[in-house]
Amino acid sequence: MSDFTTIETNLINEINAAADEPALEAVRVAALGKKGSISELLKTLGKMTPGERKEKGPQINGLRDRVTAAVAARRDVLEQAALATRLAAETVDVSLPVQEAPENRGRIHPISQVIDEISTVFGDMGFHIAEGPDIETDFYNFTALNFAVGHPAREMHDTFFMHPDANGERKLLRTHTSPVQIRTMLAQKPPIRIVVPGRTYRHDSDQTHTPMFHQVEGLVVDRTSHLGHMKWILEEFCKSFFEIDQIKMRFRPSFFPFTEPSAEVDIQCSRKGGEIRFGEGEDWLEILGCGMVHPNVLRNCGLDPDEFQGFAWGMGIDRIAMLKYGMSDLRPFFEADTRWLDHYGFRPLDLPTLIGGLSLT
Amino acid sequence: MKLTLSWLKDYLETDATLDGIVDRLTHIGLEVEDVEDKGKLLEPFTIAYVLDVKQHPNADRLHVCMVDTGSGDPVQVVCGAPNARTGMKAVFSPAGTYIPGKKITLGVGVIRGVESRGMLCSGMELEISDDHTGIIELPDDAPVGKSFAEWAGLNDPVIDINLTPNRPDCTSIYGIARDLAAAGLGRLKPLHIKSIAGEGKPPVNVTLEFAPEDARLCPAFALRLVSGVNNGPSPDWMQRRLKAIGLRPINLLVDITNYLTYDQGRPLHVFDLKKVKGALVVRRARDGEKLLALDGREYVFDHDAVVIADDNGIESIGGIMGGENSGCDETTTDVLIESALWDPINIAQTGRRTGIITDARYRFERGVDPAFCVPGLDMATRMVMEFGGGEPSEIIVAGKVPSVKKDIDYPWSEAKRLTGVDVPKDRASAILLGLGFKIEDHRDTAVIHVPTWRPDIEGKADIVEEIIRIVGINKVESKPWPRLDAGVPKPILTLLQRRTRLAKRSLAARGLMEAVTYSFISKNDALLFGGGATALELANPIAADMSDMRPSLLPGLLRAVEHNVVHGQPDVALFEVGQCFTGDEPEDQTIRAAGVRRRLAGARSFGRDWRNGSEPVDAFDAKADVFALMTELNVPVGGVQVVPGGPDWLHPGRSATLRFGPKTVIGWFGELHPAVLKKMDIKGPLVAFELTLDALPPPKVKPTKVKAKLTIPEFHPVVRDFAFVLGKAVAAADLVRAVRAADRQLITGVEVFDLYEGGHVGPEEKSVAVAVTLQPVERTLTDADIEALSQKIVAEVHEKTGATLRA
Repeated sequence: MSDFTTIETNLINEINAAADEPALEAVRVAALGKKGSISELLKTLGKMTPGERKEKGPQINGLRDRVTAAVAARRDVLEQAALATRLAAETVDVSLPVQEAPENRGRIHPISQVIDEISTVFGDMGFHIAEGPDIETDFYNFTALNFAVGHPAREMHDTFFMHPDANGERKLLRTHTSPVQIRTMLAQKPPIRIVVPGRTYRHDSDQTHTPMFHQVEGLVVDRTSHLGHMKWILEEFCKSFFEIDQIKMRFRPSFFPFTEPSAEVDIQCSRKGGEIRFGEGEDWLEILGCGMVHPNVLRNCGLDPDEFQGFAWGMGIDRIAMLKYGMSDLRPFFEADTRWLDHYGFRPLDLPTLIGGLSLT
Repeated sequence: MKLTLSWLKDYLETDATLDGIVDRLTHIGLEVEDVEDKGKLLEPFTIAYVLDVKQHPNADRLHVCMVDTGSGDPVQVVCGAPNARTGMKAVFSPAGTYIPGKKITLGVGVIRGVESRGMLCSGMELEISDDHTGIIELPDDAPVGKSFAEWAGLNDPVIDINLTPNRPDCTSIYGIARDLAAAGLGRLKPLHIKSIAGEGKPPVNVTLEFAPEDARLCPAFALRLVSGVNNGPSPDWMQRRLKAIGLRPINLLVDITNYLTYDQGRPLHVFDLKKVKGALVVRRARDGEKLLALDGREYVFDHDAVVIADDNGIESIGGIMGGENSGCDETTTDVLIESALWDPINIAQTGRRTGIITDARYRFERGVDPAFCVPGLDMATRMVMEFGGGEPSEIIVAGKVPSVKKDIDYPWSEAKRLTGVDVPKDRASAILLGLGFKIEDHRDTAVIHVPTWRPDIEGKADIVEEIIRIVGINKVESKPWPRLDAGVPKPILTLLQRRTRLAKRSLAARGLMEAVTYSFISKNDALLFGGGATALELANPIAADMSDMRPSLLPGLLRAVEHNVVHGQPDVALFEVGQCFTGDEPEDQTIRAAGVRRRLAGARSFGRDWRNGSEPVDAFDAKADVFALMTELNVPVGGVQVVPGGPDWLHPGRSATLRFGPKTVIGWFGELHPAVLKKMDIKGPLVAFELTLDALPPPKVKPTKVKAKLTIPEFHPVVRDFAFVLGKAVAAADLVRAVRAADRQLITGVEVFDLYEGGHVGPEEKSVAVAVTLQPVERTLTDADIEALSQKIVAEVHEKTGATLRA
């Protein structure tokens, strides 16, 4: 009896003293291996008398079970310690930075964003997006739009010209997006509902004028649309685009060769502290020009002005971008300074929608 | 167009306030740009008498003045003006006055120890002149204590109208009064011009020397002599009005022509009879003829200009400006007054060419009322006689005043049709009558006679505009606009529009920033990138470096990169999606997408990074961008051929052309050619790509939105690695293609995962390692199957590329 107790005490001490996995394994093999001390004891059971076996059997088996359990317990402790050591060794400095994601760094230019916003609103109203060439002929840019040759109205457009060709005709850079009105009316029959965003060019340069800028033109031609409809469209557009509930517009009679009657539109705003806010205040801000399509323009496109009628308007994309998003100078729009783009640009996934809102912030 | 309130009231009988008038003007289409109300601004400034001027005790240049302001005790004022003296009359402002010329409000001050309770003012401080050398000195009879502005006649507000070019009738104050009267703001005072018969023909004859087809250049030229005129200064009231609208009074005769130019929109010209030699001839100029004009400059003409000449040569540029030599001065006693009609287009052209901007040109190029040609001359004659005396001759008219009778058939429903506003017929007719139209009414329609001063009115729409602008275009009520198709809106974008939008979003998502650069670039940059043709060169560029339409987006992007580098941003990744020009026809304009990356602005890693190191960009960053873009745009990239070598501006060994075939080039990518960068003076490393969106094939049209059926294989794929040694010049893509060809069914993937040169590999060779994915279809592959296939792969690759398995 005391033999077993001694064996057990010694083994347990050895097990608990094992400093690592191999040492523990050596103790286990020495006790429980094929030729281990406990295994040898177990072998003696076969030669015992039933009486002896009855007495010694449980003792030896109990010894084996306790030692086995002690090995398992020690192994657990050693594994925990080893894992703790490994984990401690594997620690990283989580304060190290990660790179900014490309989709966070990239930017959409405000002009593209605003064109997307405009297209979203007018698309919902059933307008298509029409486009035309930047290098235009005098016919499309002026003559077909009822600019009489030599009329001072042509002077209002500081035109860039190309060199005259062999026939003495000189092309020009379109001074407005209106030539696309003509191209569209010549190519398709009413009803016509288009908006035309695009680049336009005038020989002009200061804080609010650059020799290239962007306009968006709208054109409706059918048999019934009149100024009242245009006013509704423009009011709805401005509310939607500027993302405000109320807007007050003022129409002033004006002159454009290609519309009659013509008007300029101001929107009411306040300019407290240099910041422009719509829907409040006492100031008026000119935002667009518009009117009923001039009968001569309809005739120039083969449409009978007694049968067809419609309206057109035009506004500066850069200008409404500046008004909405607060840039004060137009020139940096075309400098591609990454600090400016980073600040005023939009994230690639800032997709304007009507269900989620045009701007997400 | 400027006018003063009192001048307007010569013709408009009204109780309206200045604000009321200004507001109404804007609402009827005569947009008021500015109102200068000097009377209001200068209200606190009064006339004062300087009782005493003493030297300031503490300052050499200052005086201490005692000023009688006309009320209460004398006021002490410290004044620095050298002309301050006892006994003078001056303009005084008390403490608390806003001084417009200094943009400050005056306080009670102590200047060098002496109290000052007001100011004696200079012309500059009142913003009535540029004089700041001393204070204003008033004549002895100026009434002390009275308003200076009122006494000086400065209390007449000046209204500046931004006149649209279609309204020549409102280049006259009378015309503006007529518009306001029609708009219900008062009553238009009728103009009574009695014709003056005069005695005898003028001593100078006039002939119009034009070929029949040129008759329009000067349809009529009326002339009269007034002899025995005293050409002194014009009356004070006239001078005040002229000054108020920014004109300098000269002498009576010149002032009258200027006055009537504004008063009636009728430009006139006066010749001094004694300076005219022989008869006057109106004709085209001869090439090289010269004139010293009234502005003191000499002009040289060609055949296109229309002039008035005598035996001395050109005396005046018809309808634009007179000549220095035949002008009227204080010695003039006999004056020839001209009232003529000129061709608006010719006036505009000559005006543009000479660069002369005058009030006469402004009116003639817009269109002057022909019917007022002779009455205007009579009106001028009467004014000359009234203020300068003299005896008039008869009027001679060369040519004939044309009739400009215009009738418009007008249905009364037209205003409603175009504006949606129901204007009652009696209201509409009242407006038209007020504007000088005559109406022959036929119940539903009318024949409307257009007044001679309205060349802009051509048809029904113009009549609608007249009615609606007076009713108020603001009265138009917004009306919901019906959709063409009820229901959910359909998509509106074309394929190219969708691709343009998507290209921007996907490039931005790859970390590039969108630039919008000018469509015109410098000639040198254009030439470097395949442009610079004459057809794409601007005749009148705004700057030398904006002369040519861009043949590619690259030069603009490179200049943008340069801008950023100069401003301390060396790692730049930019893109642009926009139009490029290969010719001046609409079909020569294409939409392209281009991207550029510089230095450490790579596609894999941006800037210096502790994880990824600091690898500079190479051609594969650009290749990654353009392939990602094509994939986003649904281009079948498997069919895109990557042909080594790109356009001239790229490194020939580090670039490629992208195409579907020899005639369907869609773009390129690579590293910029060092010689090009050197010519542009930009430092690399710089890589770029460009893709022509118009050239991309449209996606296949499918009958439904259903996607192809997906089959996931039953057996696991097996991956085997092979390392081949092959000639340096052999393309890795050819190796991959050869591997695939070994078994088109089982081999479903070939990935290049290693490239190794140097070391054990020979100098003319490289080692390329590929991972080949085998996808069993019918049964699991045995070792023997795999071994057989491996041998087939090695054999196939060797046969096609000469590569051997690396030992």
